[in-house]
Amino acid sequence: MNRGIAITGMGIISAIGNNVDENFRALTNSDKGISRTDNIDTIHKDEIMFGEIKKSNDDLASELGLAADHNFTRTALLGAFAARQAVANAGISNMSEYKTGLINSTSVGGMDTTEKHYYEYFENPDTIKFISAHDGGDTSQKIAEIIGLEGFVTTISTACSSAANAIMLGARMIKAGKLDRVIVGGTDGLAKFTINGFKTLMILTDTYNTPFDNDRKGLNLGEAAAFLVLESDKIVEKEGKKVLARITGYANANDAFHQTASSENGEGAFLAMQKAFKVANLDPTQIDYINMHGTATPNNDLSEGRAVARVYEGKDVPDFSSTKAFTGHTLAAAAAIEAVYSVLAIQNGVVYPNLNFTTKMAEFDLVPQTELKHKNIDHVLSNSFGFGGNCSTVIFSKN
Amino acid sequence: MAKTYINGIGCVSAQATTAGFPSEFTIDENANFLELVKPDYKEYFSPIASRRMAKGVKNGIVASTLAMRESGVENLDAIITGTGMGCIEDSDKFLKAIIDNNEQFLTPTSFIQSTHNTVASTIAINLGCKAYNFTYVNGAVSFESALVDAKLQFDADEVSNVLVGGIDEMTEYTKSLFKLAGFIKPDDSGPHDVLGSKTKATIFSEGATFFMLSDTKSESTYAELLDIETINKVGVDAVAHKAIEFLQANNLTQHDIDAVVLGFDGDVEFDEYYKELAREFAFTPQIFYKHVSGEYNTASAFGLYVGANVLKNQEVPQQLKINAVEKPSYHKILLYNQYRGIDHSFTLISI
Repeated sequence: MNRGIAITGMGIISAIGNNVDENFRALTNSDKGISRTDNIDTIHKDEIMFGEIKKSNDDLASELGLAADHNFTRTALLGAFAARQAVANAGISNMSEYKTGLINSTSVGGMDTTEKHYYEYFENPDTIKFISAHDGGDTSQKIAEIIGLEGFVTTISTACSSAANAIMLGARMIKAGKLDRVIVGGTDGLAKFTINGFKTLMILTDTYNTPFDNDRKGLNLGEAAAFLVLESDKIVEKEGKKVLARITGYANANDAFHQTASSENGEGAFLAMQKAFKVANLDPTQIDYINMHGTATPNNDLSEGRAVARVYEGKDVPDFSSTKAFTGHTLAAAAAIEAVYSVLAIQNGVVYPNLNFTTKMAEFDLVPQTELKHKNIDHVLSNSFGFGGNCSTVIFSKN
Repeated sequence: MAKTYINGIGCVSAQATTAGFPSEFTIDENANFLELVKPDYKEYFSPIASRRMAKGVKNGIVASTLAMRESGVENLDAIITGTGMGCIEDSDKFLKAIIDNNEQFLTPTSFIQSTHNTVASTIAINLGCKAYNFTYVNGAVSFESALVDAKLQFDADEVSNVLVGGIDEMTEYTKSLFKLAGFIKPDDSGPHDVLGSKTKATIFSEGATFFMLSDTKSESTYAELLDIETINKVGVDAVAHKAIEFLQANNLTQHDIDAVVLGFDGDVEFDEYYKELAREFAFTPQIFYKHVSGEYNTASAFGLYVGANVLKNQEVPQQLKINAVEKPSYHKILLYNQYRGIDHSFTLISI
């Protein structure tokens, strides 16, 4: 196993909690955060449910101490909220003490305000300030501003694998010595744009999502933000920092099959996992828990399940579950919140239950962990896949 | 540590760049938007495929095809793109349909194509390329982020051939929003002097520029990519110092630089950054290009295309010269770009 990159801080906001502790409590109490929407004015509000964060934009803005005329979008508000927590959790008081970067990820960026003001821009001068808040980069600038970071700032957008790729880039930059410290993660707010997009693809369920169930009907869209602080061993040693866990493996591969659908045999997912084992220098059998992408769409769970079955051909598949039944699918933020969950699984020795599961899928012999399970966990593998055949795997290991 | 060479370039822009580096550029000082010189798309895909694809995707495929063709490389170890605004043609289309039809009667096509990584994944699907595939969306350093990523992989000896590109497209509606927000100069307010501008906002455009990066020098090599640095925010008074620090990190001083490529875009509000660098490099040949490419989030990829061609041709096109300083030969070029005072980047290339 390689030594890996140290994780020294985490921050999160999702439908199951406004901080790390609340999220962990919900996960271990089987407390899902799927509900009708309070914040979004969509005609589909009575047909579908969401992993919605109940704090309003005004709540978030006031907690962040923003001036009344701010132009933070929901995605930026959530991102700034989680990133600030991560920085505090890592005990960082002087951001410019080390060469520090921010690698954010988002799929919708400022779409939530764009869709609100799209035609209004020409009539209401007060809304013009949001024109520049549309693109993904603006979200990251806002987060950098809130945490007082000046330096390397970038944003990855590879749909639903985005945050896994942000974590991966961060780990590689620390490993290469390009940065001493990097804040990595992702953020996506709910928007009518994505709600209707996924609706037209007919992959939204009209009830609670049921990952890896034979009768699964689709996903619940969610919103969230989460960030990890990664630090070089030099800083860890010098400052005697507590290491929460380490990132030991990572890889990205492309399915090269279809813009939105995964290949039947999960080729991209298989390649990503294989490459990640190689980077981590771990044998697949050393994985104690797989946090699946498990969106509960017919296509994803079949393709991912096949890829996992292929990786573990002739061997026992480790305990696995998808936490999407708790949070909904939070798009670019998914891999970031699941990174936090993976670290918590290692720290606390737990496998989270895959909620809402009743019937095994006909195509293979894979049954997720349905009850909370306590056991020692040294290594967690986390999968995330996105449109464009984008497949990413990150492996987290005990320090 | 492998070296990183630029072995092929493809460029779709407001100039006739698909036919090779222009000997003459078209300059329209009265325009506030430079129209794209559309490639002959028929040469690259069928009319049916063409109808399905947005402009940015088409341009990205043309530019990446040209870059690969020039380098002779067919197998890629990574595809990395940058786009500031993403696929706004399709996202505008889908968003309009949502609003105009009150979330009803929608079809998924434009939603599917609106994802930021559409260009990178379409290239992967077309080539059957299962390798690493990333897309960066960070304003004016979207393309440079892709370069940073690629360089990291060459430095770690993980790759031999990486396709890197910057793509941005414009729509009529976004154009109108950008005029409203004061990012594009008002209609009929020309002529515009990109270097000596006294007005705010810029002349805009769109385009796609791809680079085939390889670890081996070949007959088609333009230049070696030495280093890239991006900084989200820096004061005008510190920018020259940052440039010198960047050179020092590469064991160079400003006297080693044979030309600087500056992203002057005619916005008086933020031009001071470029002027500061121009003062610092007063005795160095200076090059500008946004009067021929227009401004867009990935216009700096056009800047790298210019810089790489100066090294290859050993000559600075007359229309791109800021000052009259000349060098007998060009070995090392420094590029600097920023947009609206943020997203600064330094790129260093060499022969």
